[in-house]
Amino acid sequence: MHILKLIFKNSFRHKLRTFLTILGVTVAILAFGLLRTVVSAWYAGVEASSATRLVTRNSVSLVFPLPLSYKEKIRQIEGVKGVSYGTWFGGIYIDEKNFFANYSMEPRTYLAMYPEIIIQEDQWNVFLRDRKGAAAGKKLAERYGWKIGDVITLKGTIFPGNWDFVLDAIYKGRDDTVDETAFFFHWDYLNETLKKAGRGWTDKVGWFLIEIEDPDIAAEVSLRIDKNFKNSLAETLTETEKAFQLSFISMTEAIVIAIRLVSFVIIFIIMAVVANTMAMTARERIGEYAIFKTLGFGSFHIAGLILGESLFVTMMGATLGILLTFPAAAIFGKELSQYFPIFNVARETIVLDIIAALVVAFVAALFPAWRAIHIRIADGLRRVG
Amino acid sequence: MNKKPGIVEIRNLCKAYQRGNQLITVLQEIDLDIDEGEFLALMGPSGSGKTTLLNLIAGIDKADSGSIRIGGIEITALAETELAAWRANNVGFIFQFYNLIPVLTAFENVELPLLLTGLSKGERRTHVETALRVVNLADRMDHSPGELSGGQQQRVAIARAIVTDPTILVADEPTGDLDRDSANDVLELMERLVHELGKTIIMVTHDPRAANKAHQIKHLDKGVLNAHPQADF
Ligand SMILES: Nc1ncnc2c1ncn2[C@@H]1O[C@H](COP(=O)(O)OP(=O)(O)OP(=O)(O)O)[C@@H](O)[C@H]1O
Ligand SMILES: [Mg+2]
Repeated sequence: MHILKLIFKNSFRHKLRTFLTILGVTVAILAFGLLRTVVSAWYAGVEASSATRLVTRNSVSLVFPLPLSYKEKIRQIEGVKGVSYGTWFGGIYIDEKNFFANYSMEPRTYLAMYPEIIIQEDQWNVFLRDRKGAAAGKKLAERYGWKIGDVITLKGTIFPGNWDFVLDAIYKGRDDTVDETAFFFHWDYLNETLKKAGRGWTDKVGWFLIEIEDPDIAAEVSLRIDKNFKNSLAETLTETEKAFQLSFISMTEAIVIAIRLVSFVIIFIIMAVVANTMAMTARERIGEYAIFKTLGFGSFHIAGLILGESLFVTMMGATLGILLTFPAAAIFGKELSQYFPIFNVARETIVLDIIAALVVAFVAALFPAWRAIHIRIADGLRRVG
Repeated sequence: MNKKPGIVEIRNLCKAYQRGNQLITVLQEIDLDIDEGEFLALMGPSGSGKTTLLNLIAGIDKADSGSIRIGGIEITALAETELAAWRANNVGFIFQFYNLIPVLTAFENVELPLLLTGLSKGERRTHVETALRVVNLADRMDHSPGELSGGQQQRVAIARAIVTDPTILVADEPTGDLDRDSANDVLELMERLVHELGKTIIMVTHDPRAANKAHQIKHLDKGVLNAHPQADF
């Protein structure tokens, strides 16, 4: 006969109560895990950004372009290893609700800076030679059932008209932190078309992407670039890719904070629920704890029985919750892939789940254990009859 | 029987409870000597302090003043944890409501006090089986308390009380919840423990038939101990 067996048997004395408590913990841990995953999905772009990449944009706002002629000037700045450029296209595929990132860029130089984007060599070669060629992420292609060679029409918003592209390449991410829902095509195609139509934005780009030699010099190089274009027609703002990504998020930071807060509120609520169960349990067993003490068992044993039961119930629920988080996140990720290109359950989320469950178990056991230890044996025994 | 004198020596024992701003004296200057191998019955009206005295002797309550020596050890001087260890080794408890752990089998209940000893699993099994054989329940060791009658449960409790071979056995109304036949079984068993195994038993009881099995009857009335009843029930 072991203490463990006793804890196990005690846990199932009130089957319904134990079942409901475990269910509560399962749901709480599942909700907590999903909310944390939403938060990390929000920051996925930031997490995936590289410390050796800078982004230069118009200092006024992202909607104002920069002249392509800046490219050579930037390249000559000390510390700069490579320069590329892109322009946000913002086209709509069939319907406005089909949102995905789509932009034009100079493929050779751009993708040279993104080793995490992987394209098969034959597809890559076709894409480079095809003026109207485009590449899409694997998840995006799957979402709309696109195959290589398909013609994809986007309706321009910034640049009006229907734009046809040929899907020449489907890229894969090097690992699961890479966004596989983007769509990009040749900047040259955009520029030539605009030129032919005699519209604005010709020989202009939305941003420059800059590779630097060493992440430590990011601040200096950024300053140097911006200084170089000071007092010119279009002043620049250069920042790390991470800061650039963060500037998108900061707008919605309040929501992220709210989600974080709610995730902890859930843990707090389940703590109250488990604490209530443990308080009821320990109250019913005060007489039994008195018998254990009478027989010579110490505070350590009594606390062990109560904490053990609290841990057992909480960990059962937490384990179920964690196991359910993965399929639930997969379903969520699929449904929400437009908004959250990356929706992976992070290892930190699981660690946080476990820590939260442990804290819940300990806190819930604290007061009942303290009471059971401190009640006088003679008083405890009087409760039995 | 070869009786060694003075296994329990109580001198000037006092105990009072605070209730509100009132001090209620429960035990007044109790003197009591119990010899080894003796079977003592404590009687007295409800509220006279019998359970309190028994608890003090068994080391599960603290006296206000006076001395309790058991087997030569002054237990009033022991600290909480020392007292717990002393109880585990020296006292066997029998309660009115058996007080078995309901989720454990008869075997496991009897084994409980042995978990605090350094005995191996095999040694524990031998001790538990012996104790259950003494109470004539060896065939019921895998039953849980809910599957046993009141009398059987009390016999399991007795097995648990004797399994560590304690210095004294204390019993608080051990037949109080039993029918006549079961009560007789339990009393016979207790007599056997005294006569055949030389145990020392202190038993609180309301039942004169139970008290008659004892060698000696002491009466407690309003916290005072007498050899004869005053105006007992
Ligand atoms: N924890 C306590 N606080 C206050 N008073 C108490 C406490 N425990 C016992 N008493 C009082 O002490 C007195 C003696 O109680 P005790 O239980 O020893 O009596 P008893 O002789 O065993 O009675 P019974 O035959 O009913 O079991 C009673 O008046 C009781 O109310
Ligand atoms: Mg009593």
